[in-house]
Amino acid sequence: MPTKIEKDTLSGQNTTGHEWDGVKELNTPLPTWWIYTFYATVVFAIVYCALYPSWPWLNGHAKGMLGYWSRAELTQELDAQAKARSGFVDRIRATSLADIAKEPELFNFAMAGGRSAFQTNCMQCHGAGGAGSRGFPNLVDDDWIWGGSLEQIRATIEHGIRNTDDKSRQSMMPRFGVDGLLTGTQVAAVTDYVLSLSGKAKATPEGTQLFQEQCAACHGPDGKGNQELGAPSLADGIWLYGGDRDAIYRSIFYARNGSMPAWAGRLDEATIKMLTIYVHALGGGR
Amino acid sequence: MGIDTKVRDDEAVSLAAQKAELPLYVTRIKVYPRAIAGQWRRIKWAVLVLLLGLYYLVPWLRWDRGPNAPAQAILIDLDGRRGWFFDVVIWPQEVYFVTGLLILASLGLFFASSLFGRVWCGFTCPQTVWTDLFMLVERWIEGDRNERMRFDRQPMSATKAARKGLKHIAWLVIAAATGGAWVFYYVDAPTTLIKIFRGEASLEVYTFVGLFTATTYVLAGWAREQVCTYMCPWPRFQAAMLDEQSLSVTYQKWRGEQRGKHKAGDTWDGRGDCVDCRLCVAVCPTGIDIRDGQQIECIGCGLCIDACTQTMDKVGRPLGLICWDTLANQHAKESSATKGTGRVAWRPLRPRTLLYAGLLCLVSAIMLVAFLLRSDAELTVQRDRSPNYVRLSNGDIRNSYTLKILNKRREEAHFRLSIEGLPSAVLGFVGADADGASGATTLAVHPDMVGTFRVLVTVPSKEAPAGSKPITFEVRETSQARRASHDAVFVGPVR
Repeated sequence: MPTKIEKDTLSGQNTTGHEWDGVKELNTPLPTWWIYTFYATVVFAIVYCALYPSWPWLNGHAKGMLGYWSRAELTQELDAQAKARSGFVDRIRATSLADIAKEPELFNFAMAGGRSAFQTNCMQCHGAGGAGSRGFPNLVDDDWIWGGSLEQIRATIEHGIRNTDDKSRQSMMPRFGVDGLLTGTQVAAVTDYVLSLSGKAKATPEGTQLFQEQCAACHGPDGKGNQELGAPSLADGIWLYGGDRDAIYRSIFYARNGSMPAWAGRLDEATIKMLTIYVHALGGGR
Repeated sequence: MGIDTKVRDDEAVSLAAQKAELPLYVTRIKVYPRAIAGQWRRIKWAVLVLLLGLYYLVPWLRWDRGPNAPAQAILIDLDGRRGWFFDVVIWPQEVYFVTGLLILASLGLFFASSLFGRVWCGFTCPQTVWTDLFMLVERWIEGDRNERMRFDRQPMSATKAARKGLKHIAWLVIAAATGGAWVFYYVDAPTTLIKIFRGEASLEVYTFVGLFTATTYVLAGWAREQVCTYMCPWPRFQAAMLDEQSLSVTYQKWRGEQRGKHKAGDTWDGRGDCVDCRLCVAVCPTGIDIRDGQQIECIGCGLCIDACTQTMDKVGRPLGLICWDTLANQHAKESSATKGTGRVAWRPLRPRTLLYAGLLCLVSAIMLVAFLLRSDAELTVQRDRSPNYVRLSNGDIRNSYTLKILNKRREEAHFRLSIEGLPSAVLGFVGADADGASGATTLAVHPDMVGTFRVLVTVPSKEAPAGSKPITFEVRETSQARRASHDAVFVGPVR
């Protein structure tokens, strides 16, 4: 690249000597004070390095003269926020679930807190919007296995389902096929009866009789379920493990005993109450 | 100056720079503009008084809006998230009006530039206005150009320090008043002024007063023309708005040259009208010589026109040796056989100006229509998409929506909700604000607030749409005629 410094006639400035395909660049000098602003940034950087954490060591880092620590700042902010909310949290603790729902201010606070707690603790199984998935109940619809009232929802969250908590909700569906309580043909007959409850198949007298003997104790003679025992309704359009013949056959043959952890030890009382309000308000609360 | 091409490129340049003794940095040559009287100076003073008067006094206008509302005519309340402009209240949701105003402002700038060149820079730019004010103060304290130059050359003395100190104190007072006035657009002016002096104002108030005091003092007192030459992007790209038909401050070279000193009684034959008095250079706030032609430093303030008018008047030659002219006209005069006889009339109506004017009208019309149609009740609807829809135990299909109703009035409002497009829909409400259970679905929204409601829309399985169906939510105020609507969709299972 030829480097030839020329004087530009128009501006009176010299060129840098570079040339790119005939394009030349003027070497217009910077104002002197401009370079001082650059020196000022250098000084700023040095001062910053002295005051704030900056240089990494092999183990640890320079702490800086101000002792600033972003984690400490975060803790402070969280404490300040908790303090700002403490009035509401105290009120949530002191107010009954039914009364929270009646106070707009408290209700809105509980909804916001409940949403936040739900997104952290519940959405992994029940989905971000509470729609659930196969094996994990939908919380938005009006079908409840263990009850959809405020108190029932709260009890389910606090103690969970089929876990080691003392007050956990407990019930057990027998493994009709695996344990030899029913033969495969009998399971098929019961499957037909269950399907007939929602009009999807014709029941046989054998299936009807077997259902009344084996299933009605928990699921009720009409198959509408029993929330005391966590026995779901078999007569509606909602199926936790699938509503086709194969899925129902498997549910009877192998049994279904879903589990949910108890949250009483992990979440505080106010958070559980806010979660209850939130889940209840998702759309299906009774 | 041949350079060894084998040398690495960056070295070559610095080597070449050394050989050529090229400075990498230049020290600013201080500009000492001289005072001048004349038509354009008078216009500049008038604009200065008008603009500064508006800036400093507008925050003090009072406007009675009744209780629970600020009494300041123009107030941008960031904490309360409201913009108050007399009887107009702007919510954050309507910030597009501000966007529209900014678009109008830039189009106006383009329009003015294409017609009159750098009229913004020379007359109305805050940098120009405050610099003019600071120069006026400087002139009062340190005298005019020659006196100031002499004064600066003097060794430091008690008198010099006193006068310099006085000048900087005066500048700082003006700067502080400027910073203070800025803050008053965002907080209540009378109470804050007292608080500032009592040391009771918020940290934000002091920070911004300090910030604008510092910028005003530095930019108008020290940086001056360097802001226009080095910092401001506008002079760089406004060239795209100018053409040969834009007016700009021009020296009539065809008439001025050959320039030279002229003694009373000498003949004017065979020479130009420019008597080389250099008054145009002395009055220039950016320190350039307009006779060198158009330059990026020229802000188009017209003070050299006043200077030249004064001189031409004195020597008895026609005025307008330096004047507002177009490049096209200059060129015609320059190249005509008998110099100065050619003429190209100024054409203010050009595709460029018509386009800018058209855009100005269009945006203004859109803004006006949007403003006239703006309602003080608004509705927005957001549909839950997780889950997309819910099947209830009896087979019904339900969608959930979050409704936000804006009540811009300062009194509580009650709205009745209805849906169009789903005849068999049943509405349910979640939340304590609605008394939907009674069937009379009245939604209460507090004064000057946004009410948020969760609405459950349920339709029987048979009537549920396969896929999505457009519907419209409408709220109507029970007591007054206000209404607002919002489009949404209802989603059912695809069969």
